[in-house]
Amino acid sequence: MQTNVIDYLNEIVHKVPEKLAFSNGEEGLSFREVYEQSRSIGTYLHNSGIYKEPVVVFMNKHPKTITAFLGIITGGNYYVPIDSEMPEVRIGLILENIKSKLMICDEETIEIAKKFKFDGKLVTYDEISNEKADDGALQEIHDNALDIEPIYIVFTSGSTGIPKGVVVCHRSVIDFIENLSDVLEFNENTVFGNQAPLYVDAILKEVYPTLKFGATTYLIPKEYFMFPIKLVEFINEYKINTLCWVVSAFTMISAFGTFKTVVPKFVHTIAFVSEVFPIKQFNRWKEVLPNAKYVNLYGPTEGTGVCCYYEVDREFSLEERIPVGKPFKNTQILLLDEEGKQVPKGAEGEICIRGTSVVLGYYNDAEKTANSFVQNPLHSFYPEAIYKTGDIGRYNERGELEFVSRKDYQIKHMGQRIELGEIEVNVNMLDGIKQAACVYDDKKNKIVLYYVGTVESGDLAVSLKASLPRYMIPNNIIKLEQIPMTSNGKIDRVTLKNMAQKK
Amino acid sequence: MEQLLEILEELHPEVDFESCETLIDDKILDSFDIISIISEVNDVFDVTISAEYIIPDNFNSAKALYALIEKLEDEE
Repeated sequence: MQTNVIDYLNEIVHKVPEKLAFSNGEEGLSFREVYEQSRSIGTYLHNSGIYKEPVVVFMNKHPKTITAFLGIITGGNYYVPIDSEMPEVRIGLILENIKSKLMICDEETIEIAKKFKFDGKLVTYDEISNEKADDGALQEIHDNALDIEPIYIVFTSGSTGIPKGVVVCHRSVIDFIENLSDVLEFNENTVFGNQAPLYVDAILKEVYPTLKFGATTYLIPKEYFMFPIKLVEFINEYKINTLCWVVSAFTMISAFGTFKTVVPKFVHTIAFVSEVFPIKQFNRWKEVLPNAKYVNLYGPTEGTGVCCYYEVDREFSLEERIPVGKPFKNTQILLLDEEGKQVPKGAEGEICIRGTSVVLGYYNDAEKTANSFVQNPLHSFYPEAIYKTGDIGRYNERGELEFVSRKDYQIKHMGQRIELGEIEVNVNMLDGIKQAACVYDDKKNKIVLYYVGTVESGDLAVSLKASLPRYMIPNNIIKLEQIPMTSNGKIDRVTLKNMAQKK
Repeated sequence: MEQLLEILEELHPEVDFESCETLIDDKILDSFDIISIISEVNDVFDVTISAEYIIPDNFNSAKALYALIEKLEDEE
């Protein structure tokens, strides 16, 4: 039984050492290079006495970034990827939480990192990836590893203003990769076109199957997602055949008539995550690629990224939603009511996940972990944590799980998971703000911020950019004389949302 | 042009769109912005910027973008 994700790499390097593993089009690494460099990094960590520790990776999107992740695991540690464009304030919150001893940067990001309040050591990838591998030490680390030990922490938006670090172990990732590979039928001929940034868990879908099968992943540079024709040309140039992307990346291509000029002709597998795929756009893809396999993937970071799937097997009318489908093998979905009881057939309930896909919890945050990872309310005989997603779902008459809505103020915007509360906390911290409330206009896909205060909306946007990532900056910022309140003194979000949609 | 500058300034109040000619080259605009701009331009000017025009040259400056909008308006 496989208990360590590095075994994917250890095996494949003997089968196809010289094959290209990861590339960005201009620069690439073969499986042998990935193996050797990750072992150098593992050895460096061992020699530095860093073991079972979180190690920060602060690098731009590059094949070396992935190799840094693998090197950290090889050395018996877990990686914490951080977006190099994230505002310094937010990075500070993360660094303070994990208190890492080491940060791996590239030549460019190390200059940014020098400005951080960070007590650990800063190194560049190139400095530590040539060390001669200590085979004995690495073997011992490998032999002593347990599959319940973490391999990464990724940070997601937190409603109190502090990002939450989701900790995930080998076992959950192996379970996910095996199931995903079965469903999407990856093999050695798979050529992935990666869209997700490397600091989110979405990259699991490409990184580990690439190692498992000896496939190839092209990391598509972010700039291509601004220019649809260039993007499709890139996909064709490298004969990319498998796309696991957020919905907004697919619609960016189909919505602007790109297919009149160019079609992604080698693509045979399309998996989409994170949002509801508008049927009008979905049909445009089906029209140009009628024989491709289309799979909707669903799941939170706390369920190892994806834990349910639906392979599209019928036509959908424009007002229908593509279902979430069913869980992967070895995962179960419970639909629970407020009292923790299973809802009757066809009724709505909170989607709760049980199984190996449930992650370890939130790093260094027992309180938030206890709120979301709870004892299975259906029994009290032995400890068993389930994860409450906060998503409301129901089963349709075909027995397929469907997403209905959110219980709270978490939204999906441009494929990113955002707590509106985190935006409000950051607005309220600024000088000259009396009150703030954020709503999401899900018709136009816009975050709308209403506030009362002495600041002008333009200045407010500029200040917010210092503390929030780009995708969390409200699309419209509107100053009000007063924020509408409900009769029991709460912010009237229904009225605000109506105001936003009428605008 | 006024209306276009308004759209752009709502996205990035700190940028001087009247003079900047490297909006793409200097990574001032990102993919979120491009999509917002196309959708706002569609609402305000009633022109559709299709894929063949979504290229760096047309988005590097407000001037270039405005020229594109005028060209598309003439065609309709």
